[in-house]
Amino acid sequence: MSDNLVRQDRLIDEFSFKKRITKLLSSWEFILFLTLVGIFILFSFISPYFLDYFNLMNASFSFAEKSILALPMIFVILAGDIDISVASILALSSFAMGNASARGAGAGTLVVVGLVTGLAAGMVNGFLVTKIKIPSIAVTLATLSIFRGISQAILRDNAYTHYPEKFAYFGQGYIGKSVIPFEFVFFLIMALIIGFVLHKTTYGRKLYAIGNSASASRFSGINVDRIRFTNFAINGLFAGMAAVLLTSRIGSTRPNIATGWELEAITLVVLGGVAITGGKGNIFGVVIASLLVGYLKFGMALVNLSAKVMIITTGALLIIAVLVPKILEIVKANRKLHSQRSELKDERKAS
Amino acid sequence: MKTKTEIKKLLESREPVLVGLILFFMLVMTIAMPRFIHASNLANILKDSSILIIVSLGQFLVILTGGIDLSVGSNIAFSGMAASLINQNHPGISPWIILLIGMAIGLGLGMINGSLVAFGKVPAIIATLGTMSVFRGFTFVISKGQWVTAHEMTDPFMNLPHGDILGVPNLIWFAFFVTAAFFYFMRYTRSGREIYSIGGNKSAAVLVGVSEKKVQFLIFSISGFVSGMAGVLWAARYAAAVNEMAAGFELQTVAACVLGGVSVAGGSGSVAGVLLGALFMGLLNNSMTMIRNMAFFQMLLQGLIVISAMAFNVVMERRQDKMLLNRRLA
Repeated sequence: MSDNLVRQDRLIDEFSFKKRITKLLSSWEFILFLTLVGIFILFSFISPYFLDYFNLMNASFSFAEKSILALPMIFVILAGDIDISVASILALSSFAMGNASARGAGAGTLVVVGLVTGLAAGMVNGFLVTKIKIPSIAVTLATLSIFRGISQAILRDNAYTHYPEKFAYFGQGYIGKSVIPFEFVFFLIMALIIGFVLHKTTYGRKLYAIGNSASASRFSGINVDRIRFTNFAINGLFAGMAAVLLTSRIGSTRPNIATGWELEAITLVVLGGVAITGGKGNIFGVVIASLLVGYLKFGMALVNLSAKVMIITTGALLIIAVLVPKILEIVKANRKLHSQRSELKDERKAS
Repeated sequence: MKTKTEIKKLLESREPVLVGLILFFMLVMTIAMPRFIHASNLANILKDSSILIIVSLGQFLVILTGGIDLSVGSNIAFSGMAASLINQNHPGISPWIILLIGMAIGLGLGMINGSLVAFGKVPAIIATLGTMSVFRGFTFVISKGQWVTAHEMTDPFMNLPHGDILGVPNLIWFAFFVTAAFFYFMRYTRSGREIYSIGGNKSAAVLVGVSEKKVQFLIFSISGFVSGMAGVLWAARYAAAVNEMAAGFELQTVAACVLGGVSVAGGSGSVAGVLLGALFMGLLNNSMTMIRNMAFFQMLLQGLIVISAMAFNVVMERRQDKMLLNRRLA
């Protein structure tokens, strides 16, 4: 009986149009979207080259790979873990492809090599986190150095620069005869897939459960460690995809490829509204955050701001994205406490 | 009673094992290349380890509470660069004053981390991952992308780490005094014990009146302070302030800590362990520069050492827990 009543209440609640609109307008994703629009307006005033369809499409070359790293990172962070080794997995994957290419592998083989290397590296992380039971931050800090270290130990100060011609399509090609880069479309498709898994499958629901309480999830029959392992494996696989795109785009592999990209990927996820403590967030926020950071940097590059300013911006964005919701939370809690206190006072006066 | 002594043995086994490991490693190196054991090389190893010891002790406090400070390398770069720029532009200022300024800058940066974590409730990993790039970015900004090279530094400044008292180089004295201060602080002061308690069992510590905010602010401030000191010493020792200096150094400090038996989950570890861990890392780095082409393997080897030490620690902790459980059941 009471269950039914609660459900009815909730239905009425959810269908009340006004409530839904206010909820949407006050949501983090909407704020992000407004910021994105703001950036577009701002830069189109500053630079005449910003609001150009061809330029906007081409700009996606500079952020599609990083945004692809951010997508599976949602899984990892939702479940309360973190992976700071993704950029090093990318480097290892790129190294493996360069090595295979030097031995005469074709474009198809290279893609397989890149993906398998990424997947394997991700599984190593997953194994260390779930089987040896070392915290994910510590594991991935070590593998960050191991994965890139392998590439550095063998490549030294050399580089692989010979890739088959067909291989160039993934990172440099456009869809058909249009001006839409393959990378950008690939990113959107991957975002759809990740979004589907996140919001429409039991796997996704389990991620939220684990992030909110790993022990409660375990007691309700979720195999927490298997899911965390899968998260790291998927993360590695996507790092392999990003490696294919990046290597194909720049056509060379050095040990220092994609240094510091883990910071950018994590920034996108956190800026997208995924709680760093796990259990909260969605795909829309992260996709909007990807576009936001991507076009912010594109605009900054158009007005000749240097790379150091962009490094500072990324770091600051990461901190601000976590700090602002926390401060709002504290303010809200204080206000609640305040009103409760004054209510108590009123009651006392009344009695 | 028997299990109790066993637990004690297990807890105290770390330092002797490390000493044994260090001696064994030195023996192997001496057999492989006799010039390794020369007094000048041994002094070099100690000097090279000194900066690592100083910064690792700061990192130790942060890890002890279950956090991590990824910004130490960038902090070193910023304070080292700032100190070198002061030296370049105002050669009249005494290097000791510059050292103080560098430490103050490092402390300031550490306090930024501390405020973010303690008052802003930003997880340590995110806060320091962010400031790692912010500090590094500002290093480029203040240096305008330029280096400060040896001929732009004054002799007294470059002599700061190299000069000696009683035949022992200043750099080693610095490490010695910092270690002694940490030893005293962690063992005999209230704040030191509070750091252990927050790392061991946070809710219990808070319930008996330890302020988590105060402890978090304190540890990041200390970590920043020693990084600032290390920054000045680094720039003076290598007679160059480069924008990329100490990049990746955070991993070495974490390595020294986990090698020294500090648990990444927080709560356990000792100053002596960290000291030995840092010495071992210094030894390893030194011997890698002596073997041809080994420098390229440094990154890989460091990562492997960190992961094996952590796995070892975790297995040991599990054995301890099991013994404690058995004792309780008995």
